[in-house]
Amino acid sequence: MKHFLTTEDLDRNTIEELLDEADGFAEVLTRPIPKVPALRGKTIATMFFEPSTRTKMSFDKAAKALSADTVSFSPGTSALSKGESLKDTALTIRAMGVDLMVVRHKATGAAWRLADWLDIPIVNGGDGAHQHPTQALLDCQTIRQRFGSLEGLEIAIVGDIKHSRVARSNVFAMATLGAKVTLVGPPTLLPVDVGSWPVTTTADLDGVLPNIDVVYLLRVQTERGGASVFPSFAEYAERFGMSDRRFSALKPDAVVLHPGPMNRGVEISHDVADDDRALILEQVSNGVATRMAVLFRLLGREHHA
Amino acid sequence: MHDLILLNGSVLTSEGLRRTSVAIAGDRIAAIGDDLGDSKEAITCDGMWIGPALVDIHTHLREPGHEWKEDIASGSRAAAAGGYGAVVAMPNTDPPIDAGHLARFVRDRGIDVGLVDVFSSGCISLARRGATMSHFDDLWNSGVRIFTDDGDSVKDTALLRAAMEYVASLGGVVSQHAVDPDLSAAGFMHEGSVSSRLGMYGIPSQADDITIARDITLAEMTGVHYHVQHLSTASGVELVRSAKNRGVRITAEVSPHHLTFDHTAVASTDANFKVMPPLREPTDRTALIEGLSDGTIDAVATDHAPHAALEKEVPFEEAPNGMLGLEWAASVAIGVAGLDQERFFDRMSIRPASIAALEHHGRPLAARDHATLVVVNPSEVWKPATTASKSRNAPYLGMQMTGRVHMTMLRGEVTHVVGS
Repeated sequence: MKHFLTTEDLDRNTIEELLDEADGFAEVLTRPIPKVPALRGKTIATMFFEPSTRTKMSFDKAAKALSADTVSFSPGTSALSKGESLKDTALTIRAMGVDLMVVRHKATGAAWRLADWLDIPIVNGGDGAHQHPTQALLDCQTIRQRFGSLEGLEIAIVGDIKHSRVARSNVFAMATLGAKVTLVGPPTLLPVDVGSWPVTTTADLDGVLPNIDVVYLLRVQTERGGASVFPSFAEYAERFGMSDRRFSALKPDAVVLHPGPMNRGVEISHDVADDDRALILEQVSNGVATRMAVLFRLLGREHHA
Repeated sequence: MHDLILLNGSVLTSEGLRRTSVAIAGDRIAAIGDDLGDSKEAITCDGMWIGPALVDIHTHLREPGHEWKEDIASGSRAAAAGGYGAVVAMPNTDPPIDAGHLARFVRDRGIDVGLVDVFSSGCISLARRGATMSHFDDLWNSGVRIFTDDGDSVKDTALLRAAMEYVASLGGVVSQHAVDPDLSAAGFMHEGSVSSRLGMYGIPSQADDITIARDITLAEMTGVHYHVQHLSTASGVELVRSAKNRGVRITAEVSPHHLTFDHTAVASTDANFKVMPPLREPTDRTALIEGLSDGTIDAVATDHAPHAALEKEVPFEEAPNGMLGLEWAASVAIGVAGLDQERFFDRMSIRPASIAALEHHGRPLAARDHATLVVVNPSEVWKPATTASKSRNAPYLGMQMTGRVHMTMLRGEVTHVVGS
């Protein structure tokens, strides 16, 4: 593996190896000194051209737990605001002696452009509404910890699928690991022409919930791309929100995930968000270990042998 | 003594296709026939097509105002290399061509360069703002025959109606960039399976169709000659076909890139595939080829749209729309669309010249006419490696193509020859 850009082309074996590696790193993170020297001397740049709190901090923490040095970039304070192009910015930072870049960008394919221009591994930290593959890894890790395996699990991803890189990444990772994925949302938030995706789609949340093991809720906004996508938050919550009533109708061992940040009271009720079967904080914790696994896989192999 | 004889080619003459020779003396065709006497030079043209130089009714030469992308000199070189004797420059320059002196500037720069006859189109709306009419009479008196806000669709239906009525009275053409601005506002590519995978905002095919359907209604109402630019959808071809069958004064063009590529090319997120209207479904591409072949689509028009490397070396969504086309349109028409010689010259020269009302272009070869012609090798397989354009935004570079322009001549002057 040269880069980590998308879940679409990952095979089951690769994902499982990464998750196994992440289990090991999760143990490291519980030690009194939660650090290993695996990437000592390496420099990792986090290039976030779009605002992010959790993903940027999570990569930063993962790099440091592997003893890598980190440099970071944020557009507000960079030469980008002086009109420098993405390519020149990337080449400049590469020239400082960076060994790997994590990139987040609002445009689809930005990480692929960097992979074309540079000679170092690129990790996609989210490109537009396209892919966010480390998010999918941490989600699968969270589900695997709870159920042992994703094989045969019924997973519903609910909400704004159309504009969600989280959904796109998870669909392919979850299906590759053997889960049956259903996409649920209003017609305006379901992507067109998903014939090539390993999913079924529906607008009837209550119809599918009784069989579901994992409900994956997505953050919603009333407006996308300048167009109105549903009437109001209240109407959305009524039809697609994980209310207390819906939560109580789930199978007893079913769990709820959310990539954050949450709109409490819209896609998830206040009480459900704080329930033990809502694994939202586990997802965040697992983010560090899974990102360690990805960084180690791309940079650490030569030292590991 | 003739200056040059093109020996034994397949020649499109005013009497139809002939296997014969063409003699050139000075700026004229001296004779067409089999026994033409002495000449300073002769070129053997076995297997070659010879006919009127090509005419492009949709070219972005970028001058004035965007000379870092292209100028009239570099664009003229690209046009000559592509077999063209005449191009119609689009008016979305800076300033936009909305008055006569600007159109005359473009034409005069073309004359200075001297490689291809450059005609200017003119804006429909003043400054391309879509609000009020541009200076139609002034533009007309400066030689403008095609009126368009290309790059933008005229959204205001009342303005478009008025422009059509006015241009109809002059005898000109209203040429529409037919993409609904609301349905396409947020989009970057065709809305379909590829946009869904990429999570990119899509532009549905209906964005084109709605505008074409509205405009056909207005064209029937006003009687204007209405021209649809760069058709991209099968349903758009069908709208044009049925309007033609009803007798509406409508013509249509297709770009080389819509004939060659479809939306699956965008999966690479290579910004060179970002065009407007977007590359659509494989079935649309097939319908465009059929429409071109059966004559529903009148012309291949390049929509040659140079953009500098720094503008295209960005994420897809941030790149400007357009790709180069002048140098490879003939190859696409032959190798991809499969046009035979008669259709090739009809769609690449004769009909485009007629749409743009270019008197001295697009005429089957005849003795005593200007020697403005092209020699094409329809079976040469080649891979373009360079371009005469200032820009390089062309997926054709490095692609294997069939059919190649061998020589271009403008009024007896060789403006391009392979190997030079």
